[in-house]
Amino acid sequence: MNDAPLLSVRGLTLDIPTSGGTLHAVRGIDFDLNRGETLCIVGESGSGKSLTSLALMGLLAPKIRRTAVRMTFDGTDLQKASRRQLRQLRGDRMSMIFQEPMTSLNPAYTIGDQLTETLLLHKKVSRAKARARAIELLEKVGITAAESRLSQYPHQLSGGLRQRVMIAMALMCEPELIIADEPTTALDVTIQAQILRLLVDLQREMNMALILITHDLGVVARVADKVAVMYAGELVETGPASAIFRNPAHPYTRGLINCIPVPGRNERGARLGTIPGIVPSLVGEVTGCPFRGRCDQRVAICDTAAPLRRLPDGHEFRCVHPDGHRHEEVTA
Amino acid sequence: MTNKPVLELKNVSKTYTIKQGLFGKPKPLRALNDVSLNLQHGEVLGLVGESGCGKSTLAKILLGLEAPSEGQVLVDGQALAGQDRIALSRRIQPIFQDPYSSLNPRKSIEDIITLPLRVHGIGDSASRDRELHKMLDIVGLPARVARSYPSQMSGGQRQRVAIARALIMKPEIVICDEPTSALDVSVQSQILNLLADLRAEFGLTYLFISHNLAVVEHLATRVAVMYLGRIVEEADVATLFETARHPYSRALLASVLTPDPDMGVPDTQLGAAYPNPIAPPSGCAFHPRCAKVMPHCSRIAPWPVPTSDGHVECHLYDQQPLQAAS
Ligand SMILES: Nc1ncnc2c1ncn2[C@@H]1O[C@H](COP(=O)(O)OP(=O)(O)OP(=O)(O)O)[C@@H](O)[C@H]1O
Ligand SMILES: Nc1ncnc2c1ncn2[C@@H]1O[C@H](COP(=O)(O)OP(=O)(O)OP(=O)(O)O)[C@@H](O)[C@H]1O
Ligand SMILES: [Mg+2]
Ligand SMILES: [Mg+2]
Repeated sequence: MNDAPLLSVRGLTLDIPTSGGTLHAVRGIDFDLNRGETLCIVGESGSGKSLTSLALMGLLAPKIRRTAVRMTFDGTDLQKASRRQLRQLRGDRMSMIFQEPMTSLNPAYTIGDQLTETLLLHKKVSRAKARARAIELLEKVGITAAESRLSQYPHQLSGGLRQRVMIAMALMCEPELIIADEPTTALDVTIQAQILRLLVDLQREMNMALILITHDLGVVARVADKVAVMYAGELVETGPASAIFRNPAHPYTRGLINCIPVPGRNERGARLGTIPGIVPSLVGEVTGCPFRGRCDQRVAICDTAAPLRRLPDGHEFRCVHPDGHRHEEVTA
Repeated sequence: MTNKPVLELKNVSKTYTIKQGLFGKPKPLRALNDVSLNLQHGEVLGLVGESGCGKSTLAKILLGLEAPSEGQVLVDGQALAGQDRIALSRRIQPIFQDPYSSLNPRKSIEDIITLPLRVHGIGDSASRDRELHKMLDIVGLPARVARSYPSQMSGGQRQRVAIARALIMKPEIVICDEPTSALDVSVQSQILNLLADLRAEFGLTYLFISHNLAVVEHLATRVAVMYLGRIVEEADVATLFETARHPYSRALLASVLTPDPDMGVPDTQLGAAYPNPIAPPSGCAFHPRCAKVMPHCSRIAPWPVPTSDGHVECHLYDQQPLQAAS
């Protein structure tokens, strides 16, 4: 059992009924995550990153249909788990840091109530112990006057303070897996660096697995073991972080890396690289490569195929071109 | 480009009260402490600083959404207090940090984006519809989202709705509070190019609050660095990114994560002595974390020292006259 991944996902698919037809928001994604490992998911806005994490946590809206070939957490089949089992897992063994703190913090309760709630629910501890742990964690994520913050309500905190409260909340029970959806976007870079170091340290200490969803490729480069690039509901490229940054194979990944302003590479104020065009609709049947409409490497067969290509070291991508580049000889 | 400020803060302070513990007495929290700032026509002023240092409070005060506890806000030299809100909102538009709480969940995207046009009675329904589709296109959203509701959209899609809503009025001044932090980098670069184009074309003025220093360096013409309710350094963008003076500005720049997979997360060297806004450190608020702290820093609060292109508030620079870009 020890060699088995902590989290294993095969063929995860999420369909959402809409007035215009079925939205195929997530279309068959596969990945494994070991204890102590960090997987960063990057990708286009609206590609299904948050939905994927909600699906893992069993927190999808009821109308969203989830199917998967396999979805296991430490051997437990998450698809067969009862509501009670899932509730037990959440907060205790796996926890989530949500993208928008305001939506997951309850405006009617104080920070203190919300922080101690999970601990009181899952572990047999006294109220005073729970409070002490809450203060300790708030201090760890860099919140001073932690004691008085406990009696504040979410709207009285700045964006970054709210986000750090969410991070503290996720750490309350020392989970084995943390899914963090954009955990540091509202933080300044010094606190971001400190929180990332904290997460990395805790991860080493507790052999915790971490899924980090972020748009910040700087963060990805510095903390990821594995990277998954998501586009239109698919993982279009996955692999070790060093391979993704040094040899990005999928044209979308290359486009992304080209969009970031890098001091020294871009002249101040000059235009930034973009990826022209917009994402295809995922309502109804989707065929071929979803990126073809925006791709500068497109050839005719992209309309029907986007085969999975395997490079060394577990680096994989989906493209008709064996190395992600169009060469003249490629034909059907 | 004229040199008349279009927006001005004069000695503005903002104090909130928060409760200390369960039975404790309420205590004042000084979110802004005697801040003066000018926004010149046509410039992009980047505002950066530690989380919780008062950037959003400053933005809300500039927008007239919060009243300063002390000091004054001037629009074109006139006091903001007492000016017609609707007329002002035509000229000054915000793009906020948290797209979820700033979009009405019961309204469709179409209604949300065109609301400013309807409030100001601009155009008929056909022309509003054209404007709507133009804006959707500009922010990279497909026309099909017009009939959706905020809850059906991803975080980045919602942020683009907020941007479309702010820009549909072609305002003169846009107060952007973390406008692109929820966006993927391809949409971010599209929006940044758009903001730059609008500025070139219509002479828009921006206050641009962001934690992403690479973005600030790219877009801003001038930068103000805040720490615990004070602006501790203000300079032209090149000066700040090449020869930052304040030790906090330097720590910020050293924490930027470039996309380099060979490097780990840097140690900020700032320690964990985060300042407590209810009981700010004596003297210079940054002294407990400062690498260059001197004995008198804990006793005497520094004052703004003028530089060739701004100011810096640090005892390292107030002993002798400053050399230009030392
Ligand atoms: N409840 C819902 N009803 C209908 N569509 C939805 C719903 N929730 C999400 N979607 C759609 O599913 C897609 C994926 O959404 P998701 O929130 O997972 O995106 P994301 O990758 O997290 O994007 P971002 O980076 O912007 O946060 C989006 O196109 C979104 O509009
Ligand atoms: N309504 C309020 N009541 C009490 N305190 C408040 C209120 N609004 C803001 N504050 C406090 O004022 C300080 C400054 O908050 P502000 O939102 O301006 O910070 P910020 O610089 O925008 O931070 P961030 O980068 O995290 O968004 C914080 O300590 C915050 O908790
Ligand atoms: Mg998301
Ligand atoms: Mg803010």
